[in-house]
Amino acid sequence: MLGFVIQRFLQAVVVMAVMSVIVFCGVYAIGNPVDIVIPPDATQDIRAATIAKLGLDKPLWEQYFLFVGNLLQGDFGRSFVYNIPVLDLIGGRLPATLELVLTSVLTATVLGVSLGIYAGYRPDGWLAKTIMAVSVLGFSVPSFWVGLILILTFAVNLGWLPAGGRGATVTVLGVPWSFLTLDGLSHIVLPAINLALFKLAMMIRLARAGTREIMLTDTIKFARAAGISESVILRRHLLKLISIPIITVFGLELGSTLAFAVVTETIFSWPGVGKLIIDSIAVLDRPVMVAYLILVAFLFVTINFTVDLVFALIDPRVRAGARA
Amino acid sequence: MSVLDVRDLRTHFFTRAGVVKAVDGVSFTLEKGEILGLVGESGSGKTVTGFSLLGLVDPPGRIVEGSIRLNGKELVGMSDRDLRKRRGREISMVFQDPIATLNPMLTIGQQMRMALEAHGRVGPRAAVTRSEELLAKVGIPSPRARLRSYPHEFSGGMRQRVAIAIALLHSPSVIVADEPTTALDVSIQAQILHTMRDLARETGTALIWISHDLAVVSSLATRLAVMYAGRVVEEGPTAAILRDPRHPYTAGLIASLPAMAEPGTALTQIPGTTPSLLSLPPGCPFAPRCTHATEACTSEPVLERHGTRGWACFHPVGGVPA
Ligand SMILES: Nc1ncnc2c1ncn2[C@@H]1O[C@H](COP(=O)(O)OP(=O)(O)OP(=O)(O)O)[C@@H](O)[C@H]1O
Ligand SMILES: [Mg+2]
Repeated sequence: MLGFVIQRFLQAVVVMAVMSVIVFCGVYAIGNPVDIVIPPDATQDIRAATIAKLGLDKPLWEQYFLFVGNLLQGDFGRSFVYNIPVLDLIGGRLPATLELVLTSVLTATVLGVSLGIYAGYRPDGWLAKTIMAVSVLGFSVPSFWVGLILILTFAVNLGWLPAGGRGATVTVLGVPWSFLTLDGLSHIVLPAINLALFKLAMMIRLARAGTREIMLTDTIKFARAAGISESVILRRHLLKLISIPIITVFGLELGSTLAFAVVTETIFSWPGVGKLIIDSIAVLDRPVMVAYLILVAFLFVTINFTVDLVFALIDPRVRAGARA
Repeated sequence: MSVLDVRDLRTHFFTRAGVVKAVDGVSFTLEKGEILGLVGESGSGKTVTGFSLLGLVDPPGRIVEGSIRLNGKELVGMSDRDLRKRRGREISMVFQDPIATLNPMLTIGQQMRMALEAHGRVGPRAAVTRSEELLAKVGIPSPRARLRSYPHEFSGGMRQRVAIAIALLHSPSVIVADEPTTALDVSIQAQILHTMRDLARETGTALIWISHDLAVVSSLATRLAVMYAGRVVEEGPTAAILRDPRHPYTAGLIASLPAMAEPGTALTQIPGTTPSLLSLPPGCPFAPRCTHATEACTSEPVLERHGTRGWACFHPVGGVPA
């Protein structure tokens, strides 16, 4: 098991190293940031001094090693635009995204898996058919449109919920959180629904397909032949067997939503990282872009690593493979 | 009184393509501790018969007619709840593929305990003791330690032994064994066969041994029921049927056994192929392949009893007894 962890960890490190090269080169290739940082009427001397100060006169490989060296020390550089450390900039936005995404992905998973298992267990009932119809809707309606409709309905027409912003926050562990206050919670509801809808539909389909397949296997037949009750079969057999695909998709969804919650954050003026990165791309704020992409890569690698560990914990076959 | 008495059982599948009459007239009786071999070629309805006995036919299938009396109680029409209480305790089943039957994510001990607790609470100690006892009985070495193992840590043959142990946990009156050795090596087949026969003898459990292989079954079963196209076409003591088959299909099966062939000659085969259950012509389903068939065979023969034996044929081999 320890060997497995170490092996996966080394894999993660390699992936991160490769990612850092790709990201660095990719971003370096776009545009020239100097024009943004320096006023057009600056003298040649100021221009040269600024370029030297930003390290842009050094060869590419040297810039890369400087960059990686700084990264490892937790120094992601300063934003060209805001002129504050990038880490502070992103760190200030991350909790907002984190709480929004976690709320929506968790809700979508718990609700979607329950509904999906029901729909797969009793596929011919009217409730199952309703659930499936709703899931088709969740798939086919564009997210930005749902967001606008939600705002129109619940914020503008009914006036039940606020249309944007984070609302009141409380600071825990030095970080402001919305979901811990009632006002903050009311702000999080609409964007979370908006973000969750597609994932809910996907989880429903995934859980339903898994349930239908598993319920027809000999494992379930054999359990029934032993007189085991349906509720025990669902809890002990089905939930266990279905957890593997669910956890896989949960990890992927968590990562991609954290990275790309842009549309929802924009519609609901949610001050998360998604909005920040869009703004940074527009003005070619290179350190922010690089740091953000590295962070996203790090997130994915961490999530994958965790998912692998969870697999090893719950599935004895993976554990056996890990030992071998 | 027989432990199991099946009369004219019919289980049909109502599919889009039409009604598949997978089981369409199955009758047999099973005495305490007896081993009945249920033989027939692939698709003849053996597995569906087995599932019907446990009330485990999945939609779109259901039992449309007939009677199944288990220890004197009628199972057809019984509520799901009452059926469940009988499964595992009065009747249980072992499946063909031991790789697929056990849950790969639970230990053997957990799965045995679940089966034990299906019929009332059992303390952890008692569960371990009982599970260990049965694993030892089916021939699993160091059973206590093995309770903590997962299925993938066992060979196919050992997994099948575990499945048999689970089926035996509550000492049921009947176990349906659906080709439990087909997926295993030949040498292991024989071991499992003997283990099951000995256990059945020891515990007084009656066995229904399903197989497409008459040679395997006849070495084990005291009685045989031969199935064709969803029907039992002949039933009786194994020795009598082997010596003196009455239904032309049974006769064909026996003639095609390798042991029956003269060395160096080709094996006899029954001409024609198994009919599709979707478009079965009226009358005897075997008639199109039968050398005895006459005009009379356009109506369907029923299984008639003659002493300890029975067959469903208008023109039995050796003539109709007086
Ligand atoms: N769920 C189902 N829907 C439709 N038809 C079915 C279903 N299950 C079984 N059947 C049909 O019932 C018939 C009998 O199947 P069964 O599995 O009992 O055969 P078998 O005698 O056990 O064969 P084998 O030796 O291959 O296991 C087959 O023709 C099969 O196509
Ligand atoms: Mg079968």
